[in-house]
Amino acid sequence: MDNYLLQFPEAWQFDVGDSIDIWIKTVSQDHREVFTAIKTAVITSVKGIYSLLEMTPWWLLIFIVMILGWRMSGKKRVGALFGAMLFFVGSSGLWVHMLQTLSIVIAAVILSVILGFPLGILIAMSKRAESIIRPILDLMQTMPTFVYLVPAVILFSIGMTPALMATTIYAVVPMIRLTSHGINHVDTEVVEAAKAFGSTTLQALIKVQIPQAKSTIMAGLNQTIMMAMSMVVTCALIGANGLGMEILIATNRTEMGKALMPGIAIVIIAIILDRLTQGLIKKSEATKT
Amino acid sequence: MKNDVIIKVENATKLYGINKPEAIKLAKEGADKETIQKKTGVTIALWDVSFEVQRGEIFVIIGLSGSGKSTLVRCFNKLNKLTSGKIFYEDRDVEKLNKKELLDFRREKISMVFQNFGLMSHRTVIDNVAYGLEVKSVPKEERYDRAREMISMVGLEGWEDQPIESLSGGMKQRVGLARALANDPEVLLMDEPFSALDPLVKRDMQFELLSIQEKLQKTVIFITHDINEAFKLGTTVAIMKDGKLIQLDTPQNMFMHPADEYVSKFIDSADRGKVFTAKHVMVTPRCIVRPKDAPEQAIREMRSYDVSTAYAVDARMSFLGVITIDDALLARKENLPLDSFIKKEVCTTPPETLLSDILQTAADSKYPIAVVDEKNRLQGIISRSAVLSSL
Repeated sequence: MDNYLLQFPEAWQFDVGDSIDIWIKTVSQDHREVFTAIKTAVITSVKGIYSLLEMTPWWLLIFIVMILGWRMSGKKRVGALFGAMLFFVGSSGLWVHMLQTLSIVIAAVILSVILGFPLGILIAMSKRAESIIRPILDLMQTMPTFVYLVPAVILFSIGMTPALMATTIYAVVPMIRLTSHGINHVDTEVVEAAKAFGSTTLQALIKVQIPQAKSTIMAGLNQTIMMAMSMVVTCALIGANGLGMEILIATNRTEMGKALMPGIAIVIIAIILDRLTQGLIKKSEATKT
Repeated sequence: MKNDVIIKVENATKLYGINKPEAIKLAKEGADKETIQKKTGVTIALWDVSFEVQRGEIFVIIGLSGSGKSTLVRCFNKLNKLTSGKIFYEDRDVEKLNKKELLDFRREKISMVFQNFGLMSHRTVIDNVAYGLEVKSVPKEERYDRAREMISMVGLEGWEDQPIESLSGGMKQRVGLARALANDPEVLLMDEPFSALDPLVKRDMQFELLSIQEKLQKTVIFITHDINEAFKLGTTVAIMKDGKLIQLDTPQNMFMHPADEYVSKFIDSADRGKVFTAKHVMVTPRCIVRPKDAPEQAIREMRSYDVSTAYAVDARMSFLGVITIDDALLARKENLPLDSFIKKEVCTTPPETLLSDILQTAADSKYPIAVVDEKNRLQGIISRSAVLSSL
């Protein structure tokens, strides 16, 4: 009965935290087979990507990146630089860790595109869908990652699966946003022309709007890749192997030098992936005036 | 061509905003567009517009920006929906078409050319032109054949496989025109198609449109803010202001009887020489002689009308030339027939020639210009002063 005006009255407080905890636990127990199935699917696909990368001889991978770097930038210099950077990662003894990190990032990006691209189109086409999905996207981007890491761990236990989930939740947002932005900002007259010549909604979308929005959608893909890369260390916290795990271990042992090398490797991969996808954006812009 | 109505607009009204009933009430009380916008937040884009478009004509809608002309043109193919009123294509109410019917209507009957071309930059020229055929699933071979035909009609042979960005503005609009014609529509909607082009290219395109129209006899609904363009192309011209139709008339009638101050101000800037033709200023020649006439008779005729030249025509009224009073006197003196004195170096012109095109000839020539029809029959004459005073 103290001063209600100064202190928030205790009687008005409520706590849903406990009941949510209980709910999550019950769900995870009651539907264990569902989550096990998801987990198996995730592990199989990430492992599939990993073995594909692992099967590729190291020199071939470096060669492919060099060629891509050259084609995307138009400069041989850039290709050579990319090759040297990758060679540096390998010679630092981090090749396998790099492949592990890459396989999770690639899996997360593929999942983000599969989910994000159609959702982005949906938002662009329907005002109602937009009003529902936009706030959820804001929530996904601002909610601290750790908050959904815990339930992900409860549902899927530690390892690749919660890491992939967390990365996807974080990285899918720019894919959705930029897809819808791109489609909404196609020149009005071009869309009108598509309609005026008797296109169905689907024809206008596939034949005109998506191709015209291609460079913006590619920018979304670039952002998605970058955000997936930025989750690497966080994912190590819930047991995903790779460069992030190396950094985490070194940090725990306060070995700064050992943490620096995988750190640099992450930067190198991020730069290469960024420049390669930037090249894609520029290419699609070239076909657009 | 008379009374073969292809499109009929009845009381077309289009409002943008929430509080429409209030705005309609105010508009009926005679409030102007700005007041209504301020009081209710509703924009009146079209208000009670009615007119008919004849098959095969070039119907020009002219107005300043914000006059509702672009809104109106988009109602014909239902890119915009009317708030109230009706638009009929032949006997069908465009507003009542269902989804399937609307697609067919757009694919078969009506097509559109846009101000900024509306071309798809990710496609080549030929794939742009063939777009309308592609969406109605015409086989590739057939649609490419048709597209090639259209491309060569607008004079772009050899550019089929080029990307759009490699084209100049005028060429882009040729692609736009070819695309619109590829479906072989009945009606062509053109929303300020030449406004983004520079003056020389614009003139070429206007000429191109007129010659294509002559060949294909499409009905064209043409939007512009350029009065000279309107009068040059239009068989009928509709002037719009603040969403209302102010006057609908032929260019000549509009010049002679402008409906109000606004119209006369609008047409003030127009070049009269590009509206009026030889037919409008010619006068009937007062003195006509035949080559077989006796010189004495010709002299008497000229004296009785108090003129110094007579116009010589044969029995079928075919124009031969002029005879001056001096030559007629000479003929009498030397007792020669009149026909050896006929001066043939007189300029002739068909009645449809624009005054601006005969201005120079009129200024240079010694005798009035003779207006003759396609069978060379004399219709009338135009004196230099008649041309100059009409401009």
